[in-house]
Amino acid sequence: MTQAQIEIQLLAMATAVACSLCGVFLVLRRMTLMSDAISHTVLLGIVIAYFMTGDLASPWLIVGATTSGVLTVLMVESLQKTGVVREDAAIGLVFPALFSIAVLLISIFSRNVHLDMDSVLVGKIALAPLPSRRMEIWGYDFGPKSLMLMVAIIIMNLGFIFVFFKELKVSTFDPAFSKAIGFNPYWIHLGLILSVSTTAVASFDAVGSILVVALMAGPAATAYLLTDKLSNMLAWSCIIGMASAVLGYWLAHFLDASISGSMSTITGIIFGFTFLFAPERGLLSVWNRNKVRNRKFKLALLLLHLTQHEGTIREEEECHIESLHLHLRWDEYEARSVAFEAVETYCATQENKVLKLTPKGRIIALESLQLGTNLN
Amino acid sequence: MTGSSENKTELALEINDLTVSYKDKPVLWDIDLEIPQGALVGIIGPNGAGKTTLIKSVLGLLKPVAGSARILGLEIEQGIKKIAYVPQRGSVDWDFPATVFDVVQMGTYGKLGWFRRPSAREKKLTQDALEKVGIYELSNRQISQLSGGQQQRVFLARALVQHAEIYLMDEPFQGVDSVTEQSIVELLRGLRNQGATALVVHHDLQTVKEYFDWVVLLNVRKIAAGPVHEVFTDANLKLTFGSRVSLGGIALV
Amino acid sequence: MFESLSVPGLGSVLAGTAILGFLCGTVGTFAVLRKQSLMGDAISHACLPGLILSFIIFNSKDSWLLILGAAISGTIAALIVLGITRFSRVKEDSSLAITLSVFFGFGLMLLTWVQRRPDAAQAGLTRFLFGQAATLMDRDVWFLATIAIPCLLIIFLFWKQFQLVCFDRSFAQSLGISVSLFEILLSLLLVMVIVVGLETVGVVLMSALLVAPAVAARQWTNKLGHMAILAGLFGSFSGIAGAILSNMGKTSIPTGPVIVLFITLIVLLSILFAPARGIVWYQFKHWRDSKILHLDSVLANLSSLAREHSGKQYGHSIAMLKEISSNPSGVPGSVQKLTELGLVKEVEKGFFIPTSKGVEYLAEKTSHMGAN
Repeated sequence: MTQAQIEIQLLAMATAVACSLCGVFLVLRRMTLMSDAISHTVLLGIVIAYFMTGDLASPWLIVGATTSGVLTVLMVESLQKTGVVREDAAIGLVFPALFSIAVLLISIFSRNVHLDMDSVLVGKIALAPLPSRRMEIWGYDFGPKSLMLMVAIIIMNLGFIFVFFKELKVSTFDPAFSKAIGFNPYWIHLGLILSVSTTAVASFDAVGSILVVALMAGPAATAYLLTDKLSNMLAWSCIIGMASAVLGYWLAHFLDASISGSMSTITGIIFGFTFLFAPERGLLSVWNRNKVRNRKFKLALLLLHLTQHEGTIREEEECHIESLHLHLRWDEYEARSVAFEAVETYCATQENKVLKLTPKGRIIALESLQLGTNLN
Repeated sequence: MTGSSENKTELALEINDLTVSYKDKPVLWDIDLEIPQGALVGIIGPNGAGKTTLIKSVLGLLKPVAGSARILGLEIEQGIKKIAYVPQRGSVDWDFPATVFDVVQMGTYGKLGWFRRPSAREKKLTQDALEKVGIYELSNRQISQLSGGQQQRVFLARALVQHAEIYLMDEPFQGVDSVTEQSIVELLRGLRNQGATALVVHHDLQTVKEYFDWVVLLNVRKIAAGPVHEVFTDANLKLTFGSRVSLGGIALV
Repeated sequence: MFESLSVPGLGSVLAGTAILGFLCGTVGTFAVLRKQSLMGDAISHACLPGLILSFIIFNSKDSWLLILGAAISGTIAALIVLGITRFSRVKEDSSLAITLSVFFGFGLMLLTWVQRRPDAAQAGLTRFLFGQAATLMDRDVWFLATIAIPCLLIIFLFWKQFQLVCFDRSFAQSLGISVSLFEILLSLLLVMVIVVGLETVGVVLMSALLVAPAVAARQWTNKLGHMAILAGLFGSFSGIAGAILSNMGKTSIPTGPVIVLFITLIVLLSILFAPARGIVWYQFKHWRDSKILHLDSVLANLSSLAREHSGKQYGHSIAMLKEISSNPSGVPGSVQKLTELGLVKEVEKGFFIPTSKGVEYLAEKTSHMGAN
């Protein structure tokens, strides 16, 4: 690996970590789509700050972009508060409008300036190691500027999470309670938005606006499928983010394709894989568990059915092994196999093809009944 | 149970071994139920007892794990045409762009088939239903500009328009003023006198005896079902709600 | 080759944007009412990989093939969003964000990969991103029309069903209507509209054209039918206005953003000034209601004071009323207004009693409150 390659991967990993940290809270607070909105509207802040300073490298660009990110969220929220527009529609109104203004400003006033739209969405991570983009202090090369910036953002995000961990936790899981114990969850909300905006702005330059969304939503949602604990979720999210960064880089390298595009593809693949195969909450294990439960459930149901008709005139009819499926409305094959299982497990015996409960079966039926009533 | 097969008229509702589960939790356990025609039936039980689930399974909105329901002797798919359903008031978005008239007219859509549009006949039916529940003068109001009682009347009118034989109502008295409650009960009695059957999910134990002829006590299992004077007893209520409730002093938690 | 020779006339641009605007408005109405405003955003981003894959597979730029590819990947994305939400604990917002960004990223990867191939035309990403309404030609207009007419016809034919499914799902089901069929149909319409709109307004701004006209239209009417038509008209109007405005300057300004800004302006005006639902109107009504409420309370105070004394003509001073009013500073004004209305009269200098008309008015008010 060349030094440039290592630097690009480091930058990709740093971006992924910074985004994943914010992403966890966005996912938990159901405001992931705010990252979509913010990552688009920061462009407006950048453009305006650029017109005011005339310098694409000015730190004011970051200030401007962060401000417009925060403003986006505030606009969406105040639109929602009018009561005439729901949240989804409010987001769908605000960010295209602000983005349009940015696009128009660029196309009208800065035709000759290097602010091309493709790189807004795609980013230019591959250019990061270029000599013009390095941070040199007293002749000593500290690496790409954007890497330094990303590291600073990570430190900021970690600091925010570390200092306000309790508050973040309480306000995320129980906003009403956090109000009750005397601190306003809105401040934490604002702090979070500020950190999402700053992160989006810094990442935006490297990976483009769409990958910002992928990195904020993907690893965090994947982690959400793996664990219940907030701290574990943060850790998982960072690990998955870094893995997507490295794998994405090499995928892009082999295909000779866009790095950010490949990174989001990998994010999606990891999420899809987890969605299907995660140990507890993966689709497959859920289905398997349901199958087992369903089977147990049906067995109990059969036994219950037997208790209800035990010793009645219709017992012959209701509990006959060949007409069971008609009364329970099950598939014929299934009814028979459940009945077979009942006999196998000594819950019932067969007398002239009529099922009779054993003491064991009666106990299971009564227990399941208990279970049914206690559920409330 | 009443109505064992000697009676020539079909049962309004016949439920056999019905079990419904949400994921792996049973919500209704092995329910057998026979409701005669022309009864006003209260469905009573604590929260989470499966009252709404029972109604939704009869309508075929939920697929049971086992068992079946028959409506007037028909399978659900055919029988559903003879049912009018009044959902819980909170189940819809009242800010939807529709007037009172629009919503009530929706009741006529079932009989219109795929493509036919409401004509003068349907408009007349709608108008009649609106008059019957006493909100005709509100016809052009947007539905969010109504009080809770008025919104419930809109739903009721929408069901009346269907001219059904069975009415399934999910908590029609929830958040409704006493005037509306009384007039809904009056309407239900009128429907019953014309031979219709109504099943009503109900919360207020004190009015059960006054409102209903029949009662179904439900708590995941069927505790009891039958004429009010036979079934609505202290003992059965204790079985349904646990020991905290009795007919004398009602202490719902 | 011939494409670049024929200069697109403004006429076809206007016709194209008008048709597209109308279609977006009507179909968007249902999306907004079903709380799926952002589904449009996800679908439009998700069209990119399908578009490029179909270009790679068929190696042709035929619109129908590209659109088919885009429609397929858009539909798959919509299904994935629904699947993730339904089968896992991940909530809708996250599943939308993941699907949107991953599909788009995948498309981007494919695009950059294709562009390295020597035979690949530089299928402009920019065009897909921001659209090029200014290049719409007669052929495109016909194309738009052939999509728009069946879409609108479907909405017209299944109006009842769509209305029911959007308003009250379970009631619709209880009428024997196949709810999922019509929900799928609505989603397919959404995909169709997005796919044909992409070329004109681009990915990023597509969602605005679906959401904004519907939100604006909702402000002006309480009828679904009127809302859908009005949304269509708003969409058309901003399409036309955007096309004209972006063609006015000497330098070509991208049409998509202008259209979006125009429709956003309509939304803003509607949210502020529409009767009944507009914020300004609402505030005014609130202010007026509180005025009337104050009048009523002063009148009620006066009559209950008068009732305390058996002598009917015993008047009360403004100072006395101020003592018991919740808003004392408004009392003199309210008393004057009540006198003008003839509900109150001055029996002697500075002392007032309610007139018989006032007592009647009050009685009617209270009986109304009881009835509700």
